Amino acid sequence: MAGSFMRRIAVFMADVTLTVDGKKLTVPAGTLLIEACKSTGIEVPSFCYYPGLSLQGACRMCLVEIEKMPKLQTACTTPVAEGMVATTESDKIKQARKSMIEMLLANHPLDCPVCDAGGECELQDMTFKYGAAESKFMDMKNHRDEQQWSPVVYFDRPRCILCYRCVRVCGEGMDVWALGVQNRGSGSIIAPNKEDHLECEECGMCIDICPVGALTSGAYRYKTRPWEMKHVGTVCTHCGDGCKTTLGVRRADTGMQIVRGDNRDKSGINGDFLCIKGRYAFDFANNPERLQQPLIKRDGKFVPSTWEQAFDLIASKFQEVLASHGPSSIGVVGSNHTSNEENYLLQKFARLVLGTNNIDHHRTADFPALASALAGKKDATASMRDVFNAPAILLIGNNPTEQHPLLAWQIRSNVRLHRAKLYIANSSPIKLRRQATAFVQIAPGSEGAFVQFLTANDAAADAVASPQLTREALSQMRDALKSESGLVIIFGSELRGSDVTALVNYGLSLGAKFICLGDYANSRGAADMGLYPDMLPGYAPVSSATRFHEHWLDEVPTAPGLNLLQLVDAAKAGNLKALYVVGSNPVARYNIDPFVLSKTFVIVQDMFLTETAASADVVLPVANAYEKGGTYTNTCGDVQMLKKAGEFSGVRNDFECIVRIAAGMGCDVHKLVPFGGGGTRADMGQSRGAQSGESDQHAVWLADHNLEPKMSPYDPVAMLDEIQRLVPGYDISRLGLLSGHDEHTQLVQITGATGMGHPELVMPANDKLFTSGTLGRFSATLNTVMERYRTMPEDVEIAAGYDPMVRE
Amino acid sequence: MKFSDQLEQRFATMVTHYPTKRSVLVPMLLYIQDELGAMTDEAIHEIAERTELSDLEVRNVVSYYSMLRTRPVGKYNLQVCTNVSCLLRGADDLFEHCKKKLGVGNKQTTSDGMFHLEEVECIGACSWAPALMMNYEFHENLTPAKIDELIDGLKKKEQQ
Repeated sequence: MAGSFMRRIAVFMADVTLTVDGKKLTVPAGTLLIEACKSTGIEVPSFCYYPGLSLQGACRMCLVEIEKMPKLQTACTTPVAEGMVATTESDKIKQARKSMIEMLLANHPLDCPVCDAGGECELQDMTFKYGAAESKFMDMKNHRDEQQWSPVVYFDRPRCILCYRCVRVCGEGMDVWALGVQNRGSGSIIAPNKEDHLECEECGMCIDICPVGALTSGAYRYKTRPWEMKHVGTVCTHCGDGCKTTLGVRRADTGMQIVRGDNRDKSGINGDFLCIKGRYAFDFANNPERLQQPLIKRDGKFVPSTWEQAFDLIASKFQEVLASHGPSSIGVVGSNHTSNEENYLLQKFARLVLGTNNIDHHRTADFPALASALAGKKDATASMRDVFNAPAILLIGNNPTEQHPLLAWQIRSNVRLHRAKLYIANSSPIKLRRQATAFVQIAPGSEGAFVQFLTANDAAADAVASPQLTREALSQMRDALKSESGLVIIFGSELRGSDVTALVNYGLSLGAKFICLGDYANSRGAADMGLYPDMLPGYAPVSSATRFHEHWLDEVPTAPGLNLLQLVDAAKAGNLKALYVVGSNPVARYNIDPFVLSKTFVIVQDMFLTETAASADVVLPVANAYEKGGTYTNTCGDVQMLKKAGEFSGVRNDFECIVRIAAGMGCDVHKLVPFGGGGTRADMGQSRGAQSGESDQHAVWLADHNLEPKMSPYDPVAMLDEIQRLVPGYDISRLGLLSGHDEHTQLVQITGATGMGHPELVMPANDKLFTSGTLGRFSATLNTVMERYRTMPEDVEIAAGYDPMVRE
Repeated sequence: MKFSDQLEQRFATMVTHYPTKRSVLVPMLLYIQDELGAMTDEAIHEIAERTELSDLEVRNVVSYYSMLRTRPVGKYNLQVCTNVSCLLRGADDLFEHCKKKLGVGNKQTTSDGMFHLEEVECIGACSWAPALMMNYEFHENLTPAKIDELIDGLKKKEQQ
């Protein structure tokens, strides 16, 4: 964060040359000495300094000697100067640091053996390095029992070393301002905003940023030691932002249990950030209600079965229905939480094996409208990283603070550190208005009219009018936007269909990039992978010839299939004979009377006995995103790799289930998943002539990308190969993906996806900060927090505090 | 909550003196304390709203400054300086004298709620040490006799 901040400053300022520990280095003027040292590999210790937060100069650990300056100086508050000569290690410095640690330890309890931070504590590390473990203080230590401030935040006051990182990250970073400092000097204490407890967004940023074990989390405290866990960096499975979360797993009765989530791996698009869900809501995976065995309904009751029995039953039932009623009597519902590979496989299974286009998912945003409006234009979508760097942002609809916490963090950080301009049009006074250059509160449901107004349609102003809005403010915003370059336009599901087209046309004229906000972890992936009755992966219409037809779709009907609501109607009419639901709960989501499905053979793959699963004939217990590999695409189109962290005995992943069912139906699995040395087609070895078109294009692609053929039909990476080969925009760096980077896909090479979006089918999830659909219902942490806030007055916004980095 | 007309008027003028509302906080807190005797929860909430701060931030400030209190003290607040200059000129003995005279210890209030005694750091009256502050009034070049005179005078004034 600070890095890019520095780079930005560098544009305006010349470089200066200085000497540190005899090394000559050149850095941009304005760089802090501590950062300059870091850039050349010299570590200057510090507790209070934190990149991206305001300077504190409280801990005195970063003291260095600078020539011509009489006393030791704090490297964290000293900007570099031309010709500066600094020393970071000397006996004098060592002594100073040792004394500081001695002071810090004067009242610090030596309860390291039971402290959560033990083993990953900055104070422990420093003491180890500078050696001040023997104390000269004879006085009694001030003890105070641990306090619980909220369901997730605990405070152990004597452990606190008063670095104020928590106070700053909560205020400046989160714009929550729930932590403060009371009293002064050695009597200072960190205090919560409600005297003895916290009322906040429960993000846990304060806990992760704490250098010692003063702030600990309810989810993890006293559970284990850091070195007893394996740490796996994977992608959060809650909202659509795609934060990287590092899960600490430990052996348990049920397999590998996730005991902690944090952001110690700061390499993700979220940098320092995680919200409550990414940090604590992994616990749905450990919920005792989780299914561990396939269930088959007999005489109205679920009976546990073996996997073989379940797969055999499903395969034979599909074949039976296909033979008696044909492909159009089968429907498939996909998920917003399964991986891209599983989604792609599912739609391929539906189209290739079941022979139907009756496939849909819970749509939370009109991605097809964006794809069709962009019509293959390059560099027109923004990544999550762009939101942190863009000079200007226009946000229409949505409430990112609640629904897209990382996006909100990126916006706030950009405004705070880069002075980005933020324009907001919303029907409610959303919290981000506090960062906005201009905010207009428009009439509910008038987001489309607002876009019309932007496109110089003055008549639309009447539709936008609200009591909180003046005509001047509206016009001023329109005028100001005209002169913004490098604009990123972010819009929520309020804008759909033709509104999106209008917005895109307007934005493209300004050279803007777009982000369409969908609600779940892989909503964008589900859309990109073609979980639509009328669209193939990459938003290609089923009716036209595409590269998919050429490769595997030869026998699939070109007429669009039934969408989710039409599937329900078909079930009502008795025409839907089988329904295959993967990781979705349409019965609850669309408020369907379970009786409607009584004449349909329903197969559900899920972790829990949801409303939909309860009305199923076969339920397969499956792994969640934390328990498997694959890729996710966040709402911006950034693709990241999932890494298997947890393990839950008895479950299998969705990918394997789909392949097994297909195999059971007699399908040649090679046609479904490109695995094995043979590739997907026989290579006749001819470069010309009648057989030349028959070369194994998959093998050619693999060779071209220096990749090996995959050896197992259950390897999702084999599917990723095909996705990267065939889905427009997904030919991204595999090396980047494998090393944990986020790779931005572009909605390119998409043609003919015109107006197929069906905006009326978009239904936002309306999840808030503490809810997360089915996952949230089974997360004990989220439920405890919800329970607590239910008893409090709603939506009391904490006043904005003083942010030195914005209002200096 | 509403303050006295005089204080309301003062706030209205003062708030215009600063570029940001929060800047009016410290002077306002002092005036509020003079009026209410101490910073009550209600007053903290009120001033937080008026300065667009959170209650927490106001509490941070209140707890930082020793001259701001959350509990009321006696009518007359005797703050005896025992910092270097005063100390050299016998402030320790004077403070002991005050304790004996009033029958209370440091940071205690007499049972009739009249006097509050407090040992404080430098009050900036070194040239006339030893010194004490009685509410906002300075008393300098102190001797035990001068202190008796001051306290007895105040007692007498109250009896009338």
